[in-house]
Amino acid sequence: MNVLGFSKVVFGLAAMLFLLAPLAAILPLAFTDSVFLNYPIASYSTRWFNELVTADVWRRSIINSLIIGFGTTVLATVLGTLAALGLRRQEASWLFAFARTAFLLPMVVPAVVLGVGLQLMFARYNLANSYLGVIIAHTVIAVPFVVINVSAVLQAIEPRLEQAAASLGAAPPTVLARVTLPLAAPGIISGAVFAFATSLDEVVLTLFVAGPNQRTLARQMFSSIRENISPSIAAAALIFILGTIAAATVLNVLRRYRKPARAVS
Amino acid sequence: MTQPFIGFEKVSKVFGALTVVDQLDLAIHEGEFVSMLGPSGSGKTTILMMLAGFEAPSSGKISVAGRQVDQLPPHKRNMGVVFQNYALFPHMSVADNIAFPLSMRGVAKAESDQRVRRALDMVQLGALSDRRPSQLSGGQQQRVALARALVFEPQVVLMDEPLGALDKKLREQMQLDIRDLHRRLGLTIVFVTHDQSEALTMSDRIAVFNRGKIEQIGTPNEIYDHPATRFVAEFIGETNLIHATAEAADGEVSRVVLANGQSLSVGRKALKPGEQVCLSVRPERIKPSGTQENRIAGTVRDVVYHGDHLRLIVDAAGQTVVLRSERSEAAPTIGDGIEMSFSPRDCWVVAR
Repeated sequence: MNVLGFSKVVFGLAAMLFLLAPLAAILPLAFTDSVFLNYPIASYSTRWFNELVTADVWRRSIINSLIIGFGTTVLATVLGTLAALGLRRQEASWLFAFARTAFLLPMVVPAVVLGVGLQLMFARYNLANSYLGVIIAHTVIAVPFVVINVSAVLQAIEPRLEQAAASLGAAPPTVLARVTLPLAAPGIISGAVFAFATSLDEVVLTLFVAGPNQRTLARQMFSSIRENISPSIAAAALIFILGTIAAATVLNVLRRYRKPARAVS
Repeated sequence: MTQPFIGFEKVSKVFGALTVVDQLDLAIHEGEFVSMLGPSGSGKTTILMMLAGFEAPSSGKISVAGRQVDQLPPHKRNMGVVFQNYALFPHMSVADNIAFPLSMRGVAKAESDQRVRRALDMVQLGALSDRRPSQLSGGQQQRVALARALVFEPQVVLMDEPLGALDKKLREQMQLDIRDLHRRLGLTIVFVTHDQSEALTMSDRIAVFNRGKIEQIGTPNEIYDHPATRFVAEFIGETNLIHATAEAADGEVSRVVLANGQSLSVGRKALKPGEQVCLSVRPERIKPSGTQENRIAGTVRDVVYHGDHLRLIVDAAGQTVVLRSERSEAAPTIGDGIEMSFSPRDCWVVAR
């Protein structure tokens, strides 16, 4: 192997180490028997996982994360897909350019700014401290991921396919249901996975708009670090990471089998 | 006069400052196979797209079977369209692709299955009904697209360069197959192509387009033997355009003079004396001997081998003339003096 190839491998490994070392340091502590979050681990147990599902605050927060995550996924996927369909036409008008930017804006606006604004608005509309409020807040930042993913697949759909469907007698809603959406399915699904993942690890907005009853897993981890640090947080982190890996796997499998599902007839 | 089946009346299409179709008048009869032939950008595909309903004309009127259709959305026009890249639905099987127009028309499952099977048999793909389009070859995909466009018995079938992506052998086979289907089913077909030999092979009539206008419309024979303009003469097949000046037109025969002063007789055509014209003479009509009425002497510049024939490139009267020569003859070689001749019937006068 030449020097360049060798140094590339070394650099790559070093970068991976840099990214993964913190995880490697914290994750084994999920299996400690001790009540302290430190090494060395004297004996191993699953007591902290047990605590996650039995202790009320943790169990509640996991359920909350799932409720809010699914709510966000559904809402963001529907809205984002509709937005991507609407923005699809490549028109060079400033209105389209503006709309496109507006939909992607939540990705770059600081979450704190968004949080303050949403809190003020929700207080006025009685949405503060409600599940719907948190779902709406998470949807705001999840929609851009759906828009990006769905726009990408829509762009790849041959316009001739939709023309062909129309020439064969399909009215525009039928073309959408039987040709466009089935072909866009891989992008819609990966957008949905991103939306769920975004909701799952969102902390800042949750701090602003959620009440004590909507405490999510990420929010609970955040406060437990400050209040009473215990290995249960490492256990929660492990669950989190496994969830993320599962989502990433779903995405990869989808990309591998790019062939979209068969249209329902 | 009976009303045409498909009629374009003063149809124009303008994109910004660009006039793609200019005041088109065209009449197509029921059961006719009409090719729209022209270079890319001549407006032929835009005309097809307006007929299918994917583009709206900027002005003018389009009617089909006595009904004005230019305001009708594509899904209500009942036309089968075959696209260049087939446009098969990749997420459906071959059978589902062909069943699609039937399901749009609410045809019952049992009847639909039967019609799909018949359509597949018609294009000889019965065994592949469960495959996905991506598992088929280009030629097979084209047959599926054809079956899908015909299965609902549309009043008109539109084809937009459907054979462009196939290799030569397959293309020639498909040309014969489509022509056969046209005859057997009595279809009205509008066929867009830039391949002149394809148009000559398949069509009842050819409309030759140039810059958004029809240069000439007629049977393949008329178009080939009697091109109306220099553009048509050059675009269809190969031709020699020999510059000449009209000399006299006395009744049956006109005479023209070449630059070197030599006088030739040409077929019937009203010519004004002194008019600058071109004689269009097909290479296969020129004999490499002095047996015909119009004789020109020249020097062989090149001999090109083509397997079944030779092409002679000859300098004559200050111009280049190309002709075909049989291989069996005592073929001339480069530098030989040669006498060529052609009949007045075989040279056609076009404006210069």
